[in-house]
Amino acid sequence: MNIEHLIHMANQIGSYFAAEPDPADARAGIADHIARFWEKRMRQSLYAGLDSGEASALAPLVSEALAEHRERLLGRAA
Amino acid sequence: MSLHCHHDRGTPARVSTERVTLSIDGMSVTVPAGTSILHAAAEAGVDIPKLCATESLEAFGSCRLCVVQVKNRRGYPASCTTLVEEGMEVTTENDALFRLRRGVMELYISDHPLDCLTCSANGNCELQDMAGRVGLREVRYADGHNHLAEAADASNPYFNYDPAKCIVCSRCVRACGEVQGTFALTTTERGFDSRIAAAGGTDFLSSECVSCGACVAACPTAALMEKSVIELGQPQRSVTTTCAYCGVGCSLNAELQGEKLVRMVPDPSGGANHGHACVKGRFAWGYATHADRITTPMIRKSIRDPWQAVSWEEAIAHTAAEFRRLQEKHGAESIGSITSSRCTNEETFLVQKLTRAAFGVNNVDTCARVCHSPTGYGLKQTLGESAGTQDFDSVMQADVILLIGANPTDGHPVFGSRMKQRLRQGAKLIVADPRAIDLVDTPHVRAAHHLKLRPGTNVALINALAHVVVSEGLVDEAFVALRCEPEAFAKWRTFIADPRHSPEATEEVTGVPAAEMRAAARLYATTGNGAIYYGLGVTEHSQGSTMVIGIANLAMATGNIGRPGVGVNPLRGQNNVQGSCDMGSFPHELPGYRHVSDVETRTLFESVWGVPLSDEPGLRIPNMFDAAISGSFKGLYVQGEDIAQSDPNTHHVTAALESLECLVVQDLFLNETAKFAHVFLPGASFLEKDGTFTNAERRISRVRKVMRPLAEYADWEVTQMLSNALGYPMNYRHPSEIMDEIARLMPTFHGVSYEKLDRLGSVQWPCNETHPEGTPTMHIDEFVRGKGRFMLTEYVATEERVNRRFPLLLTTGRILSQYNVGAQTRRTANTVWHPEDILELHPVDAEDRGIREGDWVGVQSRAGETVLRAKISERMQPGVVYTTFHWPGSGANVVTTENSDWATNCPEYKVTAVQITRVEQPSVWQKQFERFSEEQMSLLKASTEAKPAHASV
Ligand code: SF4
Ligand code: SF4
Ligand code: SF4
Ligand code: FES
Repeated sequence: MNIEHLIHMANQIGSYFAAEPDPADARAGIADHIARFWEKRMRQSLYAGLDSGEASALAPLVSEALAEHRERLLGRAA
Repeated sequence: MSLHCHHDRGTPARVSTERVTLSIDGMSVTVPAGTSILHAAAEAGVDIPKLCATESLEAFGSCRLCVVQVKNRRGYPASCTTLVEEGMEVTTENDALFRLRRGVMELYISDHPLDCLTCSANGNCELQDMAGRVGLREVRYADGHNHLAEAADASNPYFNYDPAKCIVCSRCVRACGEVQGTFALTTTERGFDSRIAAAGGTDFLSSECVSCGACVAACPTAALMEKSVIELGQPQRSVTTTCAYCGVGCSLNAELQGEKLVRMVPDPSGGANHGHACVKGRFAWGYATHADRITTPMIRKSIRDPWQAVSWEEAIAHTAAEFRRLQEKHGAESIGSITSSRCTNEETFLVQKLTRAAFGVNNVDTCARVCHSPTGYGLKQTLGESAGTQDFDSVMQADVILLIGANPTDGHPVFGSRMKQRLRQGAKLIVADPRAIDLVDTPHVRAAHHLKLRPGTNVALINALAHVVVSEGLVDEAFVALRCEPEAFAKWRTFIADPRHSPEATEEVTGVPAAEMRAAARLYATTGNGAIYYGLGVTEHSQGSTMVIGIANLAMATGNIGRPGVGVNPLRGQNNVQGSCDMGSFPHELPGYRHVSDVETRTLFESVWGVPLSDEPGLRIPNMFDAAISGSFKGLYVQGEDIAQSDPNTHHVTAALESLECLVVQDLFLNETAKFAHVFLPGASFLEKDGTFTNAERRISRVRKVMRPLAEYADWEVTQMLSNALGYPMNYRHPSEIMDEIARLMPTFHGVSYEKLDRLGSVQWPCNETHPEGTPTMHIDEFVRGKGRFMLTEYVATEERVNRRFPLLLTTGRILSQYNVGAQTRRTANTVWHPEDILELHPVDAEDRGIREGDWVGVQSRAGETVLRAKISERMQPGVVYTTFHWPGSGANVVTTENSDWATNCPEYKVTAVQITRVEQPSVWQKQFERFSEEQMSLLKASTEAKPAHASV
């Protein structure tokens, strides 16, 4: 999957949840949205990009959310 | 005059708690106060002769055929304009009345051609009926001055006006004003010389007439008559069905001779339309039998090969074998489907069932992705249900209407007419739209505020309105305390009260003066019932979902939800957008908007469908395109959609389609998508099948078969054959059995059945044990999710910004006479009103570029370039240009980008940064498109010339 599109989409999700006053809520909101709406190929490709350093354009809040909720977002794919 | 036996009681029914009892010909009758004698008599079974009165219009009292006598009153009052009074004693027949009526008829007939035998209204003419009713036997002044030689106006493609047959009853004039709200007709002159004229032109076609046909339906004679009736004669039978165009979902009576459709007449008892329709539903049905229909299945190996006509068995077996081959080679997830908002609920349900149960994946999406997916998301999150909160009739109780990013008089014409009725009664209107839509200033309607915002700044605007509500103490505290989650509200209140959301802080962004925003917010929050209506101008943005949430927040904060006259009302685009979403067309949801990971729901479906179901969300349309290009998505079944024309960034879409190994298109025509297909399965039009559509007010209405499918099978039967060929058995004998399964599986449909729909006409879901006859207004005592949930709506500017290279913003929309990608309306006479897509731009922008009216202009964006003809228009604001996307060769979507809504990937059609230049020739894309289309048409020709045979591909 096109990693740039995925990063762009993830960052857009991040910018919606960035308004949450508590960053933990924001990270949980981002992860929950991705879990509920992204197909497994998309989640896997995004993490592959993250792990290989191709996803440096991810907003910090989104990277943090992905790191924190890695198991939930990839675990279901296993 | 329609064939359907609707008992016309002469004047509109009245609603009143006060009851009046009177006697009519010695019979006692009790009716609501305000009722006419004519109507009361009809209730008592006495049909007083009448000509100028009809139930759909206010009485006018001009023909004097309806005269009666009232005890202790002098003279002979007209019963249509005289209201009932307590104790009144009315006589409808005696010698004096008989003579009076006969005299009236004699005068009418003396100026009327006596060609009844050859007249198109023969057998269905009120004048003829009344002449018989009053016992007219001779006409004494037949040779006097008359209008019999006047020429007919045949300019409108669908109906004629023959002044020789006009009795100047003014029903048409009143219908155009009262029902349609266009006020295109007038009565010219007075007395004997008086005639009907269409204003603003020399004939009907060049006038302000929008061809809704209300005047034709109201005309008691053959003066206004459908051309199809003139050509074919009077219909013999009538079948009630539902319009297959827009989300209003008008109920129409298809009037037929055998299987031949003669005309469509709106059904007076239709819950959505109450007897009205528009130019599309009433007249533009000729596409259904157009010569371009493909009625034989076809297959081919590559898109550069000629099509081969094959039998149904072969086409289905080939498709099944291809899909299984792809799944074996590339994995189960390598195939998917797209359901159609133009197909029935039953058909959509079957396609998603095929995908989930037979393909074993959740890769199913629908064209609602590109229009109202943010509505589904935003309303579900805040209110708990992915649907509008009201019925259409609710608008008649609204005191102030906030209309955002919708153009109902073009996009949802029958609802637009209804809204205009309410506005003429005095409701206030606030329009938020970059463009001056008709409702901003139209006969007898003027918006109190037109918030002419910049495209892409909706969220900043809704935040500013909410900020005023919160900071000026306009919150309905009692409602919020009782009905909404307190913590979420407190968080939102703090958020929205921040000065960064104030009108003053955001006017720079939105371009709307702060004072105007404040005044509009106050008007909405303080004028009784406030109702919000919105369209694709809300959803088709990178913040579409945020905006829907913002709208729900505003409605909750002001207590404008949960009763008639208020609410949040999405105006859906296509006829069955609501239905296709309800039926589980989204890749993350099973029917009834329940997430695929929800174990309880999945278990229920697994037990009924007898297969394990995936708990993983599938691919959305744009994700399918990306996956196709990256090589992991290979096969797609598209029912009744034209993604190659309707989806944004055409270059990207066609690249994706070309990457597929098996694209199966089921459609009426070889549409743009089918030009990339390997299998073509002929579709059936809405006239050829049974089913249901669900309109924008959640109203489920029956679609009824009026003719046999031209290609042998209804669409649901084809899906069923494919499923059986894939080894997953489906054995429905009739769509009613599919509905029974839907009712079993969806709690909001538990009470729905064909028997009930036949009995009630239509029903609005939720329809179940607690609401057996449906639910016109939702969220009355509590929200579907329990407590309403306020959510934060930070404004995030779209990335699609103007710069030096692309200094203008392009926004897109549609017009009345054409529909969506135009596959249907382009194949009707509606093209006289819109022969091509044009680019509207402001005079200042035109002058800066040396562009004159009618010039060819190139429209360039970062996605691509196309060429359109320019129309210079003050409707636009400087810096904003506008076009429609009804013609494939216009390439509007070559220019739009794949920017999309953050939550749902609904494309940002409404904002594209562009440059406009004068050009002399079509764009490179358009030339390629022409070449490709010609090639594909010649590959099609090869197949239609060869007879269906056993081809081997
Ligand atoms: S055209 Fe028909 S409806 Fe209109 S005034 Fe003449 S007779 Fe009446
Ligand atoms: S067709 Fe509709 S708009 Fe045109 S004159 Fe008749 S009522 Fe008016
Ligand atoms: S308003 Fe919509 S549903 Fe009604 S007739 Fe027109 S297109 Fe059909
Ligand atoms: S019907 Fe009453 S005056 Fe014509």
